[in-house]
Amino acid sequence: MAQRSDIRFVLNGKDVSVGNVRADQTLLDYIRLDRRLTGTKEGCAEGDCGACTVLVGRLAEDGLSYIPVNACIRFLASVDGCHVVTVEHLSGPGGRLHPVQQAMVEHHGTQCGFCTPGFVMSLYALWMAVPEPTETQVETALQGNLCRCTGYEPIIKAAVAVSQYGSPTADYLNTERDAITARLKALQGGVRVVTGPADNLCILPSDVDDFAECLLEYPEATIVAGATDVGLWVTKFLRNIGPAIFIGHLNGLKSVSKQGDSLVIGAGASYTECQDLMAEHLPHLGPYWDRIAGWQVRNMGTIGGNIANGSPIGDTPPVLIALGAEITLRRGATRRNLLLQDYFIDYGKQDRQPGEFVESIHVPLPQAGDLNAAYKISKRRDEDISSVAVGINVTVIDGVITGCRIAFGGMAATPKRAIQAEQALIGRVWSQQVFEAAAAALSGDFAPLTDWRASSDYRMLSAQNLLRRFYLEHDAATTAPIQLASA
Amino acid sequence: MKQTVSISGAAHTDRIHDSAIKHVTGEADYTDDIPLPAGALHAYLGVSDVAHATLKGIDLSEVLKAPGVVGVLTADDVPGINDISPTGLHDEPVFPTDAIQFHGQPLFAVVAETREAARRAAELAKVNYEVLPHALDPVSAQNAGYPHVTAPLKLERGDVEPALDAATNRIKGRMEVGGQDHMYLEGHIAAAIPGEDDDIVVHCSTQHPSEAQHMVAHVMGVPSNAVVVNVRRMGGGFGGKESQMNLFCAVAAMAAKKWNRAVKIRPDRDQDMTATGKRHDFVIDYDVAFDDAGRIQAVDGIFAARCGFSADLSGPVTDRALFHADNAYFYPNVRLNSRPMKTNTVSNTAFRGFGGPQGVIAAERIIEEIAYATGQDPLDVRKANFYGGKGRDVTPYHQEVEDNILDRLVEELEETSAYRKRREEIIAYNKTSPVLKKGIALTPVKFGISFTATWYNQAGALVHVYNDGSIHLNHGGTEMGQGLNTKVAQVVAEAFQVDFERIKITKTTTEKVPNTSATAASSGTDLNGMAALNAVEQIKERLVAFAAEKWDIDANDVEFLPNQVRVGNEVLPFDTFIKEAYMARVQLSAAGFYKTPKIHWDRTKGQGRPFYYFAYGAACSEVTIDTLTGEYRIERTDILHDVGHSLNPVLDKGQVEGAFIQGMGWLTTEELWWDDAGRLRTHAPSTYKIPLASDRPREFNVKLADWSENRELTIKRSKAVGEPPFMLGISVFEALSMAVASVADYQTCPRLEAPATPERVLMAVSRLKVEG
Repeated sequence: MAQRSDIRFVLNGKDVSVGNVRADQTLLDYIRLDRRLTGTKEGCAEGDCGACTVLVGRLAEDGLSYIPVNACIRFLASVDGCHVVTVEHLSGPGGRLHPVQQAMVEHHGTQCGFCTPGFVMSLYALWMAVPEPTETQVETALQGNLCRCTGYEPIIKAAVAVSQYGSPTADYLNTERDAITARLKALQGGVRVVTGPADNLCILPSDVDDFAECLLEYPEATIVAGATDVGLWVTKFLRNIGPAIFIGHLNGLKSVSKQGDSLVIGAGASYTECQDLMAEHLPHLGPYWDRIAGWQVRNMGTIGGNIANGSPIGDTPPVLIALGAEITLRRGATRRNLLLQDYFIDYGKQDRQPGEFVESIHVPLPQAGDLNAAYKISKRRDEDISSVAVGINVTVIDGVITGCRIAFGGMAATPKRAIQAEQALIGRVWSQQVFEAAAAALSGDFAPLTDWRASSDYRMLSAQNLLRRFYLEHDAATTAPIQLASA
Repeated sequence: MKQTVSISGAAHTDRIHDSAIKHVTGEADYTDDIPLPAGALHAYLGVSDVAHATLKGIDLSEVLKAPGVVGVLTADDVPGINDISPTGLHDEPVFPTDAIQFHGQPLFAVVAETREAARRAAELAKVNYEVLPHALDPVSAQNAGYPHVTAPLKLERGDVEPALDAATNRIKGRMEVGGQDHMYLEGHIAAAIPGEDDDIVVHCSTQHPSEAQHMVAHVMGVPSNAVVVNVRRMGGGFGGKESQMNLFCAVAAMAAKKWNRAVKIRPDRDQDMTATGKRHDFVIDYDVAFDDAGRIQAVDGIFAARCGFSADLSGPVTDRALFHADNAYFYPNVRLNSRPMKTNTVSNTAFRGFGGPQGVIAAERIIEEIAYATGQDPLDVRKANFYGGKGRDVTPYHQEVEDNILDRLVEELEETSAYRKRREEIIAYNKTSPVLKKGIALTPVKFGISFTATWYNQAGALVHVYNDGSIHLNHGGTEMGQGLNTKVAQVVAEAFQVDFERIKITKTTTEKVPNTSATAASSGTDLNGMAALNAVEQIKERLVAFAAEKWDIDANDVEFLPNQVRVGNEVLPFDTFIKEAYMARVQLSAAGFYKTPKIHWDRTKGQGRPFYYFAYGAACSEVTIDTLTGEYRIERTDILHDVGHSLNPVLDKGQVEGAFIQGMGWLTTEELWWDDAGRLRTHAPSTYKIPLASDRPREFNVKLADWSENRELTIKRSKAVGEPPFMLGISVFEALSMAVASVADYQTCPRLEAPATPERVLMAVSRLKVEG
């Protein structure tokens, strides 16, 4: 098979080719150290503060789209075939400020200024997608940007006002869209890219079948999709991830569709890429989805990765297990299907063989009589890892609970169903008493840990209360509001 | 001549931050952005993985063999004195020689060709130690007989014991208040460049360049005149870069001199958070006596703080906690004691408010206790205890409160926020809402302005007017986002009557202004603005004398008009006038100086006037809590804050908003959590949660009390703004407390602990439901 050994992309409108790219070379270090584009800052190197936000334009099935990402945990190899835009690219001729920049200056949206380039980039992406956003839309777009000085008020005001300073249609990324698209198309060769030193090898398969083959060749390779977890293995734990197979560019893993009574989600689809479909068919997941990390991470992280890495506190497994989701695992040309709940064996141990990868997720859609809920509790409402997360699916027919799946995250070493609580409900008449019994049964299902996110007692009590919340929310007798408004 | 134009950037006008445009374009340089000379090296710290131990030795052989490593630095490499204690107590080594005192303590540094190589190599050391028992918090430290890290303070006035014994009502309680990480977006960083002789230049991100200079000199064993410390700007400081940068400056300087190459050191976020100090956590025991109307008769308070392994700034921090343990309230009889406890944790340091917030929140807890005990609206208890006229105007440190404006300020906020009406509505709402409960609170703040170390209240500035009429402004303060440079430049623009754009504000450097104080204690503008004004006045005096002589007119006939100077009947452009002065050999440069008048403090007696004046403010916050999960949302906050006659209202408002949110974060989601081994587990934004945009109040009304003027002769009658509004965040905490109290019909003081995470709120709700 044809191969190439350099990473090719467009950086601020200029073609770039970099050879011998290590698997663990981050985009941020490349930008700051190799290119001395120092406007992009490192604040945390773990994708939480957003000071390193840049835009990555990528050719998807439906054309070129730009998304804000965290350059600190994004690997350089993963921008192959993309257009990377940094804050240095915003000002116009003669240093004329970009509308986003002008709005930030005039609304006093900067104090120390260190987080500012990251905010500017997130707001730039928002303005292109939603030129006149509401405050809520701004807040959602800024979940991945921390500011310690301003208290955000002037930044929100600036964000809402950007369109007064200019229209996105006149923006460079729109006026140059066709030209950039053509240049990015020219970079797509349908070839496998292999680069980097032997001890830090970096492989970009040409398509999904090639990925399956690569993984047979390197069965112990690190699979890197969005890098929102693997990125931290490098930046925080200094782990060697080589050889690494990068799959974020594989459109073949990104398809999301409704097929019959199920949603089929490619394992490489980012949270953002499947958000609309999920919210349309599973409305209870709409607000939940907005609380997964911040925008940059939602743009990078994939459901496949969230599942495959087997974290006990991943946001998607509990809600997907509750829906009865299955996954397809593939090795070479061989595929097998598995209930998602059975994939998680123990802490750090999943039912995935060497050479095997998660290819897709199948989510059955709710049937008549199904009541669904997804709840997440965290110390901070947005961009936080859950203390407790739960997916609840209860089937009620003629007032009787005929079926039930309740899956918790944060309560055990793996995402896990609350079997005893479920048993307390199944076959019973819908009532407060049976939910009280289910809540009591939870203490038989789980013995949660105490850590910095929550104590064991709090985890248990709030988990029990989430069952009570579910009852109150779905009970006809409830009149007063049960949950804090989401915005 | 009629004055029709005015200058840009005059005092008392809204003016954008002088670096705003560079901020948004990414062109503003921070220390990590400065290009270093060829051959620059990178240093990284190796740290301990145990909280308390006898250090037997460090085997660095594997470190030295690692790729890219040039060498290591240990205590043996310190050419001068192995100590960076800012108060001279000699209790904080650069690197320890015989004792490990906290988990994550820097033990050595690796120097390598790249930062990554140094970072990887630092993991390879083998540290030989003998573990000792550790104490992590002030209570276990007291139980274990740990010493104070510095001398405690006692403030006393009146006769406490008899007043407590004779009390109509008396409540004793304890409150735990958590610490806070600064979480400046730019972490610690220093880059040192060696020069000839003993010389060394250090670029870094410190609030206290002079101290960094003195520390580097001390560690290197050279006089201060060999060391230059430069700070263009910081990516946030908040107190975290007052003394904590000294370590990084010292290490960079040692390495730079040892290898004669430029050396940069930048810890990652985890190391920044584990190896550098934070806001002090406190455990406060209080004993209060009050009459049936809720008027305080006596207060006895003991303030024990987690200081960490060394004193650092814990002395003045715990002092300030006592100075603010009265907040806005008159205590007829009072005794306050500090317990600055040594603990096996990182040495805690300055953080916006500097101990004051921990004092204020104790006062507010006392108010709550009285309110629940007497069945009153806490606001009524607050008002009943405000400092008043003669007989009710003396603080626990015997300073008279002469400038109290809280009666007016609180009344105004009470009106504009519709506090009373909303409180009634909330009480009604809570009766009908079983799960969601609301709370509202209006809390005041009174904050003392001046360094309590009296000698720190001095500042210098250097102003040059070049012969083309352009102006160069330098002062001893540092810019960390607060807009200090903008405000000082406004003062200079106003004094010369020239456009702001004519003034170039340059980096803070120890070469231009010596012996400066930290940019801290909210004092930046008060001190440096006055020093700059003094410099301008010297130059103007010379210019006036020159003009009077040259044009043979009375000095009163020389007038600085906008960008012009009137000499008698003639009006000259400023440039032309300056050129004339230069040609006449007038000295166009001056060093200005200022020292705060009136203040004095006798710490042994606990008496004096430590503060030049007080700044005031009040906030009213409304919250909703979910009694099933403890989650909450801030519905609305109204703020009225006193900055005197503001030099720049829009920047001051930015300080008020930012401080409020930061104070709210301290008391809500920001939780420091150590495990039993003494390891800080909330050490990066993934685990340590500062407020996000979506956490700010759903409705946020912030106003400056534009009628206020400083009664003291401060710069243009303005008041300091950095710290005081931080404590407005307490209104959120008190509102959460009221919402919790609703589950037991407001009969019991919830005694909520801080930070009030969703967990603490839910647990308090559960406790109150049971206890009633």
